Amino acid sequence: MNRAAASHEVDGGPLIRATSDRDVLAEAAGLTVGYGGVAAIENVSFRVRRGERIALLGPNGGGKTTLLRSITGEADRISGSLRVSASWATVPQTERSRLDYPVSALDVAVMGSLASLPWWRQPGRRERAAALQALERVGMVKLAGATFGELSAGQRQRVLIARGLVQDAGLLLLDEPFTGLDASSSDRLETLIGALATEERGILIATHDLEQARRWDLVVCLNRRQIAFGPPGEVLNLAVLEATYGGAIVAIPDSGGLGILPPHHHHQS
Amino acid sequence: MIGPFSDPVMQRALVEATLVGVCGGALGCWVIFYGLSYASESLAHGLFPGLVAAALLGLPLVLGAGVGLVAAALAVAVASRVPGVGRNVAVAVVVTSLFGLGVLLALSPASPPGIQALLFGDVLGANDADLALSGALALGIVGALWLLHGRLLAVGFDRDFARSLGVSAAAADAAVLTLLAGAILVGVQGMGNLLVVAVLIGPAATARQLSSRMAPMMLLSVAVAALAGAAGLCLSYYAGTAAGASIAAALVAAYLAAAFGRRSRLPITVEEVP
Repeated sequence: MNRAAASHEVDGGPLIRATSDRDVLAEAAGLTVGYGGVAAIENVSFRVRRGERIALLGPNGGGKTTLLRSITGEADRISGSLRVSASWATVPQTERSRLDYPVSALDVAVMGSLASLPWWRQPGRRERAAALQALERVGMVKLAGATFGELSAGQRQRVLIARGLVQDAGLLLLDEPFTGLDASSSDRLETLIGALATEERGILIATHDLEQARRWDLVVCLNRRQIAFGPPGEVLNLAVLEATYGGAIVAIPDSGGLGILPPHHHHQS
Repeated sequence: MIGPFSDPVMQRALVEATLVGVCGGALGCWVIFYGLSYASESLAHGLFPGLVAAALLGLPLVLGAGVGLVAAALAVAVASRVPGVGRNVAVAVVVTSLFGLGVLLALSPASPPGIQALLFGDVLGANDADLALSGALALGIVGALWLLHGRLLAVGFDRDFARSLGVSAAAADAAVLTLLAGAILVGVQGMGNLLVVAVLIGPAATARQLSSRMAPMMLLSVAVAALAGAAGLCLSYYAGTAAGASIAAALVAAYLAAAFGRRSRLPITVEEVP
């Protein structure tokens, strides 16, 4: 084995994975899910293994959130199969969480510890220490005492990620976690997601950032059905992106990359 | 004891009002953040015929309230299944019917004296057995809130996430509603079926103006409820007003003072001009 390949393994995680059942955290085959019997996404087949970062790409309304909700049981399975064999933690879009609720950032992070406590036990010193450590990791320890609803959108997102870390879930479900984060917070979060993946977690991340998705292990392209699933290098070609985003794809000159145009509007002038 | 509270009747009334305040004040914070204000009013009124029936039959009020509660819950469940009838409408119809039935029983000429106290409360009539029952219920409610605090907080914050923790939102709702029934039972002796909601909502709404953390809010709410109880009893003693109504008036005054105080403290926000 040459040096370059070895260093690649360290940076990007092991290239060769054991395919034992133990490594599969969630697996869907021909899955159709929706709400109240009406399908929102059809025929989805994917597999999440330990240590994988999987991007969910697609337009708004394309089914990214619904796919995450199928794992949490909030969306109904209409047909096909879905097996989830790990504990999961959600980092919802922040507007879903209540902003007038009387809790601090630390209180929110501490909530993640309830999963490991019997129902009669209150979170104590050890749980608070774990929560502070998680807040430290997401760069929020200085604001641990701040009221959750008074934090910025990006700060709230990091606190919710800390809550998932305290919960120590095998499968992290992040719904557009980069929305509302500035560049440095975004970089820090992406580094963190990489670190979490090397800790043998599986991470599903709904995102709009194509270049970000290219750096991760696998992508699922969704537009009310599954367009493609696989490594970004194989999957993210023009045909797939056009099917995913409905033709609003342009080649970026001199970069070799592809860009997504915002939804097309017809103007009468 | 000084002033009005040198009288044993007033002393017992103060203990009763304080116990009601502890239950209502602490639980009220959860009632507000679980969006159960309407449910607490409905519950209080819906179990009324059970209370009256128990009083008429000479059975313990706890039993009557329990049966009344289950009957009301079942009636609401059945009524909300009628096509075209929304849940709120079902609750309103069922609760009004049950409350009317209870009032009919309570105010009929044949019913023994004292039944009316269930409607308007008789905090001055509390005997030692009433105090013991209220004390036991208050202890149970405070103990349960202590045990369940973390879980109730997590469910109230984010119900979907709570599910990933293995915390059932339905179980948390059921726990709050059960404790609510217990608190109504404590409150109904002192405040009566009509005014018990004031002790459940008033102190919590007041404390919410002044605190942004759950535990301090609950302590503040209990303090507000207890002080309003004492103030209401004093008012009743000197002005000759009905005790339960005086306590409710003190609670409203506390809320208005807190809301007004908070508004005058708020910084003037400057709108960003684009």
